[in-house]
Amino acid sequence: MDVRRFSLVAIPYAWLMLLFLVPFGIVLKISLSDYALAIPPYTPTLDLSAGWQGLRAYLSQLDIENYVFLTEDDLYWKAYLSSLRIALVSTLLTLLIGYPIAYAMAQAPAEWRPTLMMLVILPFWTSFLIRVYAWIGILSNEGYLNQALLFLGLPEATILNTNVAVYIGITYTYLPFMVLPIYATLEKMEPDLIEAAQDLGCTRSEAFWRVTLPLSQPGIIAGCFLVFIPAVGEFVIPSLLGGSETLMIGKVLWEEFFNNRDWPVASAVAVILLLLLVIPIVLFQRNEQKQREAGG
Amino acid sequence: MSDPAPASQAGPACAFAPWDDPQATPLIQFQGVTKRFGDFTAIDAIDLEIYPREFFALLGPSGCGKTTLMRMLAGFETPTEGTITLDGQDIVPVPPNKRAVNMMFQSYALFPHLTVYDNIAFGLKRSGMDKGEIDARVQEMLRLVQLQKFAHRKPHQVSGGQRQRVALARALAKAPKLLLLDEPLGALDRKLREQTQFELVDIQEKTGTTFVIVTHDQEEAMTVASRIAVMNEGRIAQVDTPGNIYEMPTSIYVADFIGDVNLIEGGATALGDGIVEIAWREGAPAIRGTAPAPVANGQTATLAIRPEKISISREKPKDRNNVVPGKVHDIGYLGNISTYHVRLADGHIVKAQVTNQQRISRRDFTWEDVVWLSWSDTAGIVLTR
Repeated sequence: MDVRRFSLVAIPYAWLMLLFLVPFGIVLKISLSDYALAIPPYTPTLDLSAGWQGLRAYLSQLDIENYVFLTEDDLYWKAYLSSLRIALVSTLLTLLIGYPIAYAMAQAPAEWRPTLMMLVILPFWTSFLIRVYAWIGILSNEGYLNQALLFLGLPEATILNTNVAVYIGITYTYLPFMVLPIYATLEKMEPDLIEAAQDLGCTRSEAFWRVTLPLSQPGIIAGCFLVFIPAVGEFVIPSLLGGSETLMIGKVLWEEFFNNRDWPVASAVAVILLLLLVIPIVLFQRNEQKQREAGG
Repeated sequence: MSDPAPASQAGPACAFAPWDDPQATPLIQFQGVTKRFGDFTAIDAIDLEIYPREFFALLGPSGCGKTTLMRMLAGFETPTEGTITLDGQDIVPVPPNKRAVNMMFQSYALFPHLTVYDNIAFGLKRSGMDKGEIDARVQEMLRLVQLQKFAHRKPHQVSGGQRQRVALARALAKAPKLLLLDEPLGALDRKLREQTQFELVDIQEKTGTTFVIVTHDQEEAMTVASRIAVMNEGRIAQVDTPGNIYEMPTSIYVADFIGDVNLIEGGATALGDGIVEIAWREGAPAIRGTAPAPVANGQTATLAIRPEKISISREKPKDRNNVVPGKVHDIGYLGNISTYHVRLADGHIVKAQVTNQQRISRRDFTWEDVVWLSWSDTAGIVLTR
């Protein structure tokens, strides 16, 4: 391989090394350390001046007792499960709302599409925090939603500080990440395909289920990953909109780091979370690859 | 391969010509069909009849309404006015999925997520056939288009020509009463296109399906069709067999659209027996042609004559009425034929085509040679519109 091609490939790899692998290595190391009343709040710390002997002593002090601890307290696995459930429900909600939006955008006249796309992206121009705070104003007991319900003579609803508020918050925040990839696959689909399906005996809805939906599958998968992965580790939305019943691993992680100052346990929580997310993705992509090869 | 186009088997009584038979019932009938998109009239009061087993071509430049006409047959457009019947049944209110009509799309519109086999089976599965029957039918279709080996490939894994055949097989699988082909060969390169034209005719004859093809390629229409409808600005200019369209156009538009033609305008004088004389230039002897419709004396008319019907010679021919002198202005050498562009005294250029029976070194004429152009009285057609 010549130098130019090598350097071209090397840049993204160096980037990954520097910004992903090295920080991950540090977190992994902290998760294997012990809690200490010190700065930084863990032992051992690496002292290169002690030489080879020092390094061996350093490595011998690392252990997996933090991981063992995580299995002993049911708070943690409950938080993991609850996070996965909340993320899953929110992802499904986002898909149910996002797909029709993307579909409508793709069906709209071509000259409208850039405007519609702009409207989807527009919320990003305001701070994410402000938008989540705005939902407090809408969902609180005296908020706009309840005022509207009162006006219509309907019973009031308690939404803020429940899981429902968290679902609403996540769905609202991550909607563009679902809409955009689905729109991208729908938009490049030939309209002839739908006519061909109808010509061969499909009604409009059959044509959608048999042709449009299978062909938009890559967009759906990409969108679901883009929503699901950050939603599992979400911290801001559950802490602002959720209540005491809302148990999410992001919140546990934050409390472990900043309230308990137990960096090693917090790091262990983070490592498990990462594995929980990475393994299914890797397996999924393997499967995709195999299918592609089998098809080829 | 035997001569595929039924229309080219000219003459004998056994020829396929249901349009000349008053007893024959048409498969499709357009009656006063008009289609408007807003202010734009795409189809203007068309009446048209297409008979069973015909290979019917809709030919015209882009924007002439031929695609709209086809989409109305498929059910993707409804006429603003008029009725369309298929086998005596009014199909205007019938949605596309309920019509015994299938279409082969210009883009082929093969489903990329399905294999060749499943693409062909798609329509059959919708019709509620049982599994064994579907399989038998798909295998039959694969054999028809010679794609058995590729049944389990995806559309993007086969070549362009094969994709075209998959699209054809898919459209034929449900054994429609009418098959529509929208520019079916447009995406293929020239050699493959010519070969596929004959295959298409072969398949049409084997299956006995009525084909309606939309094309802007006149050679394609001439090769495959039993009859051609030449369209212009939402109207049908002429419907006839390829031979008649070429030899006996009824309008200047058709004469000019199909093939190469010389158009010479002048005042007409009828000489009887359908022969009309045209005084095309002051002082020059008048030229003659056959008029398909009566022409009034003194009316302005145009003589349309094909370049291959004009002979070119060094000596003035004595036995002909139509003789015009000129100078060779340009020579288009195509190998098998040469087209001579001859400039007449008034600057008018007339094209004459000669087959190159002799080698190029022994060619008779060259640039700036004075030559005589001549043709028989029946070679040219006199048209008034």
